[in-house]
Amino acid sequence: MFEEPINAFHLIFSSQEVYEIALRSIKVSGVATLMALCYGLPLGLIIGFFRFPGRVQLKSFFNAMLGVPTVALGLLLYLMLVPKGPLGSLGLLYTENGISLGQSLLVAPIIVSFIANSIEAVEKDIRELAYTLGASNLQASLSLIREASNGVVLSTIAAFNRAISELGIAIMIGGNIFVRDGAYNTRVLTTAMQMYVSRGETDIALALGLILIGIVFTISSISNYIHGKLAGD
Amino acid sequence: MAVLEENEQTSDVKISLRNIWKFYDGNAVLKNINLDVLRGEILSIIGNSGAGKTTLLRIMAFLERAEKGEYIYDGTAVENREVIRQKVTMVFQKPIMFNSSVYANVSYGLKIRGNSRGEIDKKVKRALKAVKLEEHAKRRAKSLSGGEQQRVSLARAIAIDPEVLLLDEPTANLDPGNVQIIENTIKELAKSGTTIVISTHNLFQAKRISERVIHLHDGQIIEISTADKIFSSPESELTKKFISGDIYF
Amino acid sequence: MVRSGITTYLLIIVVVIFSLATIGCSQKDEPEVMTISTTTSLYDTGLLEDAIAPAFKEKTGIELHFIPKGTGAAIQDAKNGAADAVLVHAPSVEFSFIENGYGLSRKVIAYNFFTIVGTPEDPAGIKASDPITAMKKIAEAGREGKAIWVSRDDGSGTNVKEQALWEMAGFDYEKIKNEPWFRNTGTGMGKTLLYTNNIGGYTLSDMGTYLKYRKDGLIDLEVLVDKGEELINIYSIIAVNPEKSGRNNLDRVIEFEKWLSTEGQQILANYGLKEYGRALFYPVSQADERTYQWIVEHGFFDDNGRKTECPKKYRYGDLNFLES
Repeated sequence: MFEEPINAFHLIFSSQEVYEIALRSIKVSGVATLMALCYGLPLGLIIGFFRFPGRVQLKSFFNAMLGVPTVALGLLLYLMLVPKGPLGSLGLLYTENGISLGQSLLVAPIIVSFIANSIEAVEKDIRELAYTLGASNLQASLSLIREASNGVVLSTIAAFNRAISELGIAIMIGGNIFVRDGAYNTRVLTTAMQMYVSRGETDIALALGLILIGIVFTISSISNYIHGKLAGD
Repeated sequence: MAVLEENEQTSDVKISLRNIWKFYDGNAVLKNINLDVLRGEILSIIGNSGAGKTTLLRIMAFLERAEKGEYIYDGTAVENREVIRQKVTMVFQKPIMFNSSVYANVSYGLKIRGNSRGEIDKKVKRALKAVKLEEHAKRRAKSLSGGEQQRVSLARAIAIDPEVLLLDEPTANLDPGNVQIIENTIKELAKSGTTIVISTHNLFQAKRISERVIHLHDGQIIEISTADKIFSSPESELTKKFISGDIYF
Repeated sequence: MVRSGITTYLLIIVVVIFSLATIGCSQKDEPEVMTISTTTSLYDTGLLEDAIAPAFKEKTGIELHFIPKGTGAAIQDAKNGAADAVLVHAPSVEFSFIENGYGLSRKVIAYNFFTIVGTPEDPAGIKASDPITAMKKIAEAGREGKAIWVSRDDGSGTNVKEQALWEMAGFDYEKIKNEPWFRNTGTGMGKTLLYTNNIGGYTLSDMGTYLKYRKDGLIDLEVLVDKGEELINIYSIIAVNPEKSGRNNLDRVIEFEKWLSTEGQQILANYGLKEYGRALFYPVSQADERTYQWIVEHGFFDDNGRKTECPKKYRYGDLNFLES
């Protein structure tokens, strides 16, 4: 049973296409994660720190969004981004940026929830500890943020893994475009896997899947290492 | 009752609480507290759970504000809580660690105060030595045992050399080894002039380390006395009962 | 430490903006692009990506982006303005598309034959029958509990042809699809073939997908019926009307259609010969007389008494439109 995939593996590693797809997966999902950090981090901090009307509902909303099915989100975005749709003029359909945008919306709740919950969990205790050690309001708040920052690293990794592993958005918004030496390709690991499966070429799909898992594992290990180093300082 | 002994003078008073009342949800948890804490003394607050010991300490630490009454520090009424917090520090009953190394925890207060790196290093090492945790400086604070974490909390408080140190049941649930280290550290600290207030339900501890003892019950001060007198000849009935072992009523 | 946190945050923002900009930028001075929505069965043969796109790019420098979606979704994409042209194989659907003003300059490009496949045992005994007789035999055997029919039931070109076959055999598709011997997969050709293989049933398949799966040893099904006018499978390309789509690639589409109808034809003819020992597609320009008549019958539209691949009022561009 494993002979086919191993053969395919060999084929794959000598294939230009595979490197391109893998790199694109990382780039697109990496950008998506960074984007999600950009607006998710402040959002998480605001929800964690400040008490405002509707705060609880907002938090519940993001918690609920953690489980949104990617294909549903992908469809929604498709209808928005299609040229005739409300955001059609952005020209994001069938582009890498479009996928990044969609994936960032998918994973932002992970970051927001994580941070908001991290802050809430430690807020009272850490704030009082900081105060009694002589911190001002501002200093105490900054300490709180620092305490919650471990949540940032972990949630960023979780966000990236979710982004790079999802299919629904990549295929609806990206379109799995591949042209040799093309400039607008949008094929990524997940969409390629799906295509090969539907063509009956499951051994190639399997090999791609192993590459994807490999990436996810590597990223997780690297960040665990960084996390450990940070905590020890 | 006499709050001051005959030969005390007002300039010996570090903290003075006058007619303090504290309410939670409409219930009075501290009722008309009048108390002087003398400069450089070790004062124990004894009483059963729910008596209001923690609340009283938190008010002294200015982590909470009393609804009624005055807080006088070094002879002046307190307005700015940040100023007080720089001089009065509290060690909580349950140790709270920052998610970083022991060293980083202990140096926190010093960093806040803008000490130089060299200064910080010196003071942190000294504090860690006092609580016998020098070898653990690099370890993640949260990975330490409960007793060790409490020692870190103490070192953290010592490092900033506070004028007043408040401890809320610092050795509850700790093994005798840890208890001893902490008590010794407290005694050393008092020698150098720090004012110390400890809440405890351990009568033996109160007798061991403090000079004066206050019995708090249901938010009120029942009796104030010296460590010897309160155990040998308590004046009030409640205190007698408490000391005799009817602790859990 | 906090300062470094803020610095990191600002750095992230810079990186994000930079990468978004560069991803976007590289597209400025790159080749022209045409987006064509197509069906999965056509796309999965690899013809478009491996043969057509590279050849056209070499000739004209224009990049072809094929988005495989399934006939219905491909049409939808076109209506939504996401495609410059559609390449599908469902004439009835294409007709509505054009009549509703969305399509221009339809050109029939290629054809092949659907095939009714089944187990070598062939319980309904349809081997070498003509298509309509075969459908009748399958229904009869099915009602006797001796055979199972599998339908994609997904509105794809294959499914549209299947429904037409049932109609021609005298059955109401909407009615018989609920009978116990009639299974619906609601999914693509590949998975449908696998399912049919597993339960030992019959199904209608396009030649390309069948050959691929058979060659890879995924199925044991055999071609039982592959000749007959009714099985003809006609592939056409239709340009999307710019007035409806808001796009302005029409001239390039016409250029592509022209190429497809001339040099592209041979590329079509050659595809798959080496891999499978037989061609997957037949260029319409090489159809014999009889087959051409079938194409006219099943793939051309009525236009004032004449049959043509594209009614006059929807023609655009310097193309040679076929008429009967």
